[in-house]
Amino acid sequence: MQRRTLTTMIAAALCAGTALPVLAQKALDDVMARKLIRIAIPTDFPPYGFVGPDLQPQGLDIEMARLIATKLGVKVELLPVTSANRIPYLQTKKADLVISTLGKNAEREKVIDFTAAYSPFFQGVFAAKSVAVKGPADLAGKTVGVTRGAIEDMELTKVAPASADIKRFEDNNGTVAAFVSGQVQVLATGASVAGNMMVRNPALNAEYKFVLKDSPNFIGVGKGEDKLRLKVNEVIAAAKASGEIDKLAMKWLSRPAGDLPQ
Amino acid sequence: MQLDFLAVLAEWPALLRGALVTLVLTAVATVGGLALGVACGWARAWGARPLAYVAGAYVELIRNTPFIVQLFFVFFGLPSLGVKLTPEIASVLAMVINLGAYAAEIVRAGIEGTPRGQIEAARSLAMNEWQVFMRVVLPPALGRVWPAMVSQIIIVMLGSAVCGQIATAELSYQANLIQSRNFRAFEAFIVATLVYLLLSVALRHALHWAGRRFVFGR
Repeated sequence: MQRRTLTTMIAAALCAGTALPVLAQKALDDVMARKLIRIAIPTDFPPYGFVGPDLQPQGLDIEMARLIATKLGVKVELLPVTSANRIPYLQTKKADLVISTLGKNAEREKVIDFTAAYSPFFQGVFAAKSVAVKGPADLAGKTVGVTRGAIEDMELTKVAPASADIKRFEDNNGTVAAFVSGQVQVLATGASVAGNMMVRNPALNAEYKFVLKDSPNFIGVGKGEDKLRLKVNEVIAAAKASGEIDKLAMKWLSRPAGDLPQ
Repeated sequence: MQLDFLAVLAEWPALLRGALVTLVLTAVATVGGLALGVACGWARAWGARPLAYVAGAYVELIRNTPFIVQLFFVFFGLPSLGVKLTPEIASVLAMVINLGAYAAEIVRAGIEGTPRGQIEAARSLAMNEWQVFMRVVLPPALGRVWPAMVSQIIIVMLGSAVCGQIATAELSYQANLIQSRNFRAFEAFIVATLVYLLLSVALRHALHWAGRRFVFGR
């Protein structure tokens, strides 16, 4: 019995070790050969990506994904992802691109590459008007809901005092649901998510408290996939010049894209 | 793709805390779920008609809905009725309710497998119904179904992985948090898998021992 258990565990460990082959960096060639680009998009992040009344994904990120596929002359396959699993999707080559309100930071740059920015975004802290929060120090002793692995999680973890009780949820729906149902007092999330939540739940009397990070969105590509990255950069630059990027931002965010970093 | 287990193992305090939380959740759920299961098993097999119906409805409701929905109901749904629970309490409560329903059916199977002669013999010795159930019917019934019960408890422990969804800091939550910080998803989940495997094997042995020692053995 004991020996069999041990053998099973060793077998399991070996399987885990061999299941990860080394892959060559040829994403763009693959896409063109397949005539299909697989793009990871959000479905829980209005207005960037959400499920419409017809149960189809829609939003700024989805239109951006279609724009890039059209310019490359290939079909698009949309893969719904969450904040927590979008980078693993890219690492495991399940997706060629991640267009999922992805902010750029040094930790992420170690494992994936980024194209130029394509849309504006900022993360902030939100709470009811009756809750006195002016800055990070005021979070002491309060429960704060945040989506695990998102930029706001990293920023919040950096600035929040040790006595702040940070509850991390799997996706934005969970985080928002926790705030709406009163399970957390303070919500740290993207401005668009919070805006959407406040419109739907006026009774909560929630308001913007302070900014965590101004972070425009970038498109993620696999580490070292330079051919694909430069190609997408060309598409973005052309779309900026033609005003398509501004049009997308006006349509979904009611503001022009403004100056986006390269 | 290069594997870097050190990046994950460097976070061992978090993994250890997660494994402990998983164990504590499971331990409380086991005690609560067994008690609830025995009560409902008794109600369905031996109880008065209305009681049997209530227990039956509970068992069917829980066994025919996913655990994660039950968990979300407790954590996100109950606050609208004015009941606010911490993630940990909500997780334990959902696990007790879940295990209770499955345990009820397992216990009932054991109870119904009791030979009639044993019960008649106990009654002829002037034992009252309570004594007959607690001393003659229940211990051998639990002994008969203990392997099934142990499997169910392990399923509930593994199912506790979804409690991370409501911010209970159990093992999968910690693995997820680690991989969202260092992006070592494979390594984090391989390590979590091995820890779950170890916990399951250890729990199985412990429960088989505890069953003989405390629940039905001599």
